[in-house]
Amino acid sequence: MGRHRHRTEGPQPKEAGAHIIDRITVTVAHAMSDTRIEVVAGSEAGRRVMLSGRWTLMAIGPRIDDLMRQLTTIDGHAEWDCRAVDALDSAGAMLLWRAWGRQLPATLLASQDHLRVFERVAAADRQEPLVHESLPTFHWLLSVGEQAIAVGRHLVDFLMLSGQMMLNLAKVIHHPGELPGQEISANLYKSGVRAMPVSALVGFLIGVVLSYLSALQLRQLGADVFIVDILGLGIIREIGPVLIAVLVAGRSGSAMTAQLGVMRVTEEIDALATMGVPTSLRLIFPKVVALAVAMPLLVLWIIVLALAGGMVTAQIQLDIGYQVFFDQLPKAVPVANLWIGLAKGVVFGIFVALVACHFGLRVQPNTESLSAHTTASVVTSITVVILLDAVFAILTRSIGVP
Amino acid sequence: MAETSVIQVRKLSTRFGKIWVHRDLDLDISAGAMVALVGGSGSGKTTLLRQLLGLLLPTQGEVRMFGEPLFGGGLDRERALRRRFGVLFQQGALFSAFNVFDNVAFQMRELKYLDEAMIHDLVMLKLDQVELLPRHAKLMPAELSGGMIKRVALARALALDPELLLLDEPTAGLDPDRSDSFVRLIRSLGEELGLTVVLVTHDLDTLAALSTRVAVLAEQRILAYGTVAEVIRTDHPFIQNFFLSERSKRILGSAGLR
Repeated sequence: MGRHRHRTEGPQPKEAGAHIIDRITVTVAHAMSDTRIEVVAGSEAGRRVMLSGRWTLMAIGPRIDDLMRQLTTIDGHAEWDCRAVDALDSAGAMLLWRAWGRQLPATLLASQDHLRVFERVAAADRQEPLVHESLPTFHWLLSVGEQAIAVGRHLVDFLMLSGQMMLNLAKVIHHPGELPGQEISANLYKSGVRAMPVSALVGFLIGVVLSYLSALQLRQLGADVFIVDILGLGIIREIGPVLIAVLVAGRSGSAMTAQLGVMRVTEEIDALATMGVPTSLRLIFPKVVALAVAMPLLVLWIIVLALAGGMVTAQIQLDIGYQVFFDQLPKAVPVANLWIGLAKGVVFGIFVALVACHFGLRVQPNTESLSAHTTASVVTSITVVILLDAVFAILTRSIGVP
Repeated sequence: MAETSVIQVRKLSTRFGKIWVHRDLDLDISAGAMVALVGGSGSGKTTLLRQLLGLLLPTQGEVRMFGEPLFGGGLDRERALRRRFGVLFQQGALFSAFNVFDNVAFQMRELKYLDEAMIHDLVMLKLDQVELLPRHAKLMPAELSGGMIKRVALARALALDPELLLLDEPTAGLDPDRSDSFVRLIRSLGEELGLTVVLVTHDLDTLAALSTRVAVLAEQRILAYGTVAEVIRTDHPFIQNFFLSERSKRILGSAGLR
């Protein structure tokens, strides 16, 4: 697919009556066909431009800029002859229309079909143009305000969602028959049981890593046996609950947001509402309850596995036997720490589920919104978990520390 | 000659698991024809359409478009071929993250050689062709009504001035009034732009108004292919049921097809 551009100088200007004075042919050749412009200067009616070949988007292809340049060099008073054009589509017509300065030339010769295409282009141009609104002067200030209002709205909605859960709880206590048992059980399985393998792996490896790093330091100080204190306190009170909350937020939180989001997009939530099914009781309450139950259990699970990992490493690195570990652990870590860890599990679980549902219910019916809200859900739940962990640290600062 | 046959299906067989959807299916669609593909539910209409679009690789056989095979020959050739036809999906399949303008402009931008001013003018032209106003360009797909979604999807299908337009249930989900005006729009555009149109439908009104020929898909092949009058003569339970029920007779009678 090559482009030939040949310039044929015709006979030198002759006297009046001669039809052709000079002739410039620009041929843009294409694999399938070509788009040709031929400028013929007649004597009486000024210049005449002969167009031929295929004036379609596919035939013009990347040569469009060349063609445009060629067309705009021709002055406005020319006569345009499109009768030899084989094919003209809207892109070809638009190209000419733009070259003509958005109007039809005074003299245009074309077939009926092609004239109709030009008329179509002309008609579209008569429509009111699309106005692009310019940004107001203090748009950055406006956007700050909008952000602040959005955050406020999030907080209010979140509060309402939490209140709704309280009402649901009250209703379930008064009418135990309303308890959505099947949904709770399904959610328990999905976000609890199915999370066990991955949390086991992560927990064990974290235990190994912590134990290994601590062992390196402790050996220098000759304080080998304190590894039990470090691992016990750290894992049971802090790392276990936070780690599992992060895992569950990424695993189940995102799934909950996406599920509710898609249900909103496909109007399933509306369908449920029209059937008189209380959506918050059937969709959100089970998720919150399931995570509130599953999370402390998962905390326990990950604590056991992380301690096991730490124990194995301690035995290898510091030669501290399993028996010593078992003996030392209850002395080093008061049982209150376990209760704190489990309580964190419950609270984190409730918040992860609430945040996930909150964002899921705000999804707009488009793909962009779904992905944005899923991301926001995970990021927010993890942030909330860390914040809550700090609150716990302050509130329980005098409990369970030997 | 390649010019006369836009779509050529030869000995096409499709199998999903153990079920043969099509067996040795042949179909020729000539340039400028408006062909309706009909068939009972589960007869593989949509599957055949997906084969024509190149979304499914045939188990056996071949589909040729504009005389060229759909698959093979490198990405550039396949892409160039796919730019020569436009598709209107049943639900519109608009990109929900883009507004109307960007949806229509999408393929034009993919070409890489059109500048934004030209794209703007072309998009406005396409919107005008489907009887939408410039102010609709800023709307998001979620803000559109069902009829407008179809129109925008049609504008997107026409973005690159295709020679062939494939429509999957073009009037499904539209009320009769909108459906009529949409059919009129497709018909006038088809005639004006010289398009070859292939539509899958089960709506007799659409079929009567839009198609010059009918291909009946049953028993894993094209059972009958011709004008409505020719197709009706075939003695097959589906055809008798589809075209010769009281309702069908009324519609086809009023359209002057029988």
